Amino acid sequence: MKRNIVDKIWDAHVVTQKEGHPAVFAIDLLLMHEVTSAQAFQELERRGLSPRHPERILATIDHSIPTRKNRLQIADDAARTQVETLRQNAAQYGLEFYDFDSGDQGIVHVVGPELGATQPGMTIVCGDSHTSTHGAFGALAFGVGTSEVGHVLATGCLLQQKPRTMRVRFSGSPPRGVYAKDIILRLIQELGIGGATGHVIEYTGEAISQMSMEERMTLCNMSIECGARAGLIAPDETTAHYIRGRRFAPQDSDWERAVAHWQSFRSDEGASFDAEVEISLESLSPMATWGTNPGQAIEIREHIPFLRQLPEEERSSAAQALQYIGLEEGTPLAKTPVDWAFIGSCTNGRIEDLRVAAEVLRGKKVNPAVTLYIVPGSERVREQAIAEGLHSIFETAGADFRLPGCSMCLSMNDDTVPSGARCISSSNRNFVGRQGAGSRTHLASPATVAASAIAGSITTAEEI
Amino acid sequence: MKTFTTLRSHYAPLPIRDVDTDMIIPAQFLTSISREGYGENLFRRLRDEDPEFPPFLPPYRNAKILVTRENFGCGSSREHAVWALMSAGYEAVIAPSFADIFHSNSGKNGLLLVELPEEVVNSLLQQTSPEITPLPELTIDLTNQTVALQDGEKFFFPYDPFRKECLLAGMDDLDYLLNREEEITLFREQHEKSSFFDTRIPNHHGGPDE
Repeated sequence: MKRNIVDKIWDAHVVTQKEGHPAVFAIDLLLMHEVTSAQAFQELERRGLSPRHPERILATIDHSIPTRKNRLQIADDAARTQVETLRQNAAQYGLEFYDFDSGDQGIVHVVGPELGATQPGMTIVCGDSHTSTHGAFGALAFGVGTSEVGHVLATGCLLQQKPRTMRVRFSGSPPRGVYAKDIILRLIQELGIGGATGHVIEYTGEAISQMSMEERMTLCNMSIECGARAGLIAPDETTAHYIRGRRFAPQDSDWERAVAHWQSFRSDEGASFDAEVEISLESLSPMATWGTNPGQAIEIREHIPFLRQLPEEERSSAAQALQYIGLEEGTPLAKTPVDWAFIGSCTNGRIEDLRVAAEVLRGKKVNPAVTLYIVPGSERVREQAIAEGLHSIFETAGADFRLPGCSMCLSMNDDTVPSGARCISSSNRNFVGRQGAGSRTHLASPATVAASAIAGSITTAEEI
Repeated sequence: MKTFTTLRSHYAPLPIRDVDTDMIIPAQFLTSISREGYGENLFRRLRDEDPEFPPFLPPYRNAKILVTRENFGCGSSREHAVWALMSAGYEAVIAPSFADIFHSNSGKNGLLLVELPEEVVNSLLQQTSPEITPLPELTIDLTNQTVALQDGEKFFFPYDPFRKECLLAGMDDLDYLLNREEEITLFREQHEKSSFFDTRIPNHHGGPDE
């Protein structure tokens, strides 16, 4: 029986399954942050339970925290209580917890991989839909709700139905200046935001093999935006090379065995998938969204579609999206003026993203009409950026280089885009009000965000 | 967990597709550490922007069923979306399709998600209007997996048999998992013994490289 990578990880983690019931499914790593954990701990306490596997939990704070200097003073009472609650729960149960002063704090999906906690073949969950990020390492990683966070806390397991699988094959090499962000926006445009619902995607193709781990994480991160439960990439030498030497990586004599074991997590030749999709990257150019969901995306060189060009069932929501975003059908997206620009988030807040942004910003100035926030994904990313001198490029250009957190991706902290303002953003969702009530978001790669911040309007890096 | 057997109620129309969880409850309202109180900010942005936002028109205020279009609940994993709908009084949502994590979160809280074909949903959306008194009602019967209109017409909906068992009995996943404790212990012992290497987090700050 030929098995694909999802079958293999699935089979290795089924504890037991009764006929007609979902499987009791073992979870190797539970990632936690302050927003979706408090109620799970409360449920444990209500039942007189405590975490079953504290040694399989990593917790940090990211969503509701400030990213300004002096961030220890959280102004919002509720957010402060939320952070304090996770701090107390972590202390009470002896969990690995990365607080402000730890040197390891950051966005949970940046921290796990950079510490080597994310490894091939593992099952990883977190109360966050962008947990699919960790699939870049060949792990089966998916977002769960708070009840399920509680289930994993209490038992180390979840009740799961086996997901369907989809193989996405990217053919051709993307042209220079096209990044993983452009590729995933292209896929979501193709599939639609519900197109992969119920499926776990395996990404394959030459372009994938050539991608860095940072790019793979960007790609897998946004799997949820086409509805997929998870997205993953079979581990290879790039994967092992990235993990080696990191804090939680297998050490010494374990290393060779680990690498050999990881090699087994790849789809067998001829293994089948429930769905197959092929996308050519040969002539792709930088993408951005024009509407209010990530599937409403085009190449920046294209015009916003006429409503009549869209499938009939999408027209009314597209019309509403255009009204909200303040743009017209059939017009160019390029040169649309922007007020804000944001580089950061679990999608594009890693060191490579900051390097790309710095390359575009070097020797340039941010347009005076634009506020550019550059928010590193973690303390480690921030330190690395400073060590490489990227911070001085950002500061000379007039960008605001801030402290790590989710920041402007979801407006549940101090960083929000004002009502009516337009933001070009390296984050993952352009939903109505996502970056603040009345905010208008255009998703794009860090290179495009940096270029647009300089130009003051939606612009590709090539044009700068 | 709450049990669900049958529900009879008029329904509120939400005639848009791809309603995401940021629409259901914006992130700025997620800083609470409680499961309560989210109902007051349900659909906050949509209703602030549109005084005529259908589910909040007075005639629909007491509806226990929401009828909406495809891919309801997409986006973030926030279970707060389910808590917000339930604390605002909804006990069931009818749509042609739902997003995965929202679907799973609903089952864990006893919010019944009913998938009906698009044409049936369209017809339900057309049949109600705030001017009609009394508003048309639906009867949802989980045991028989049917939605009945007042004229007796019935539509069957698919529902996961295990989840149905849980909802009818008010049993939750955690009870189920806790009852498998022995098997879980055995699995972990074997798994860790046969592991090629250890994926556990050393339970202290500062690992081998520091």
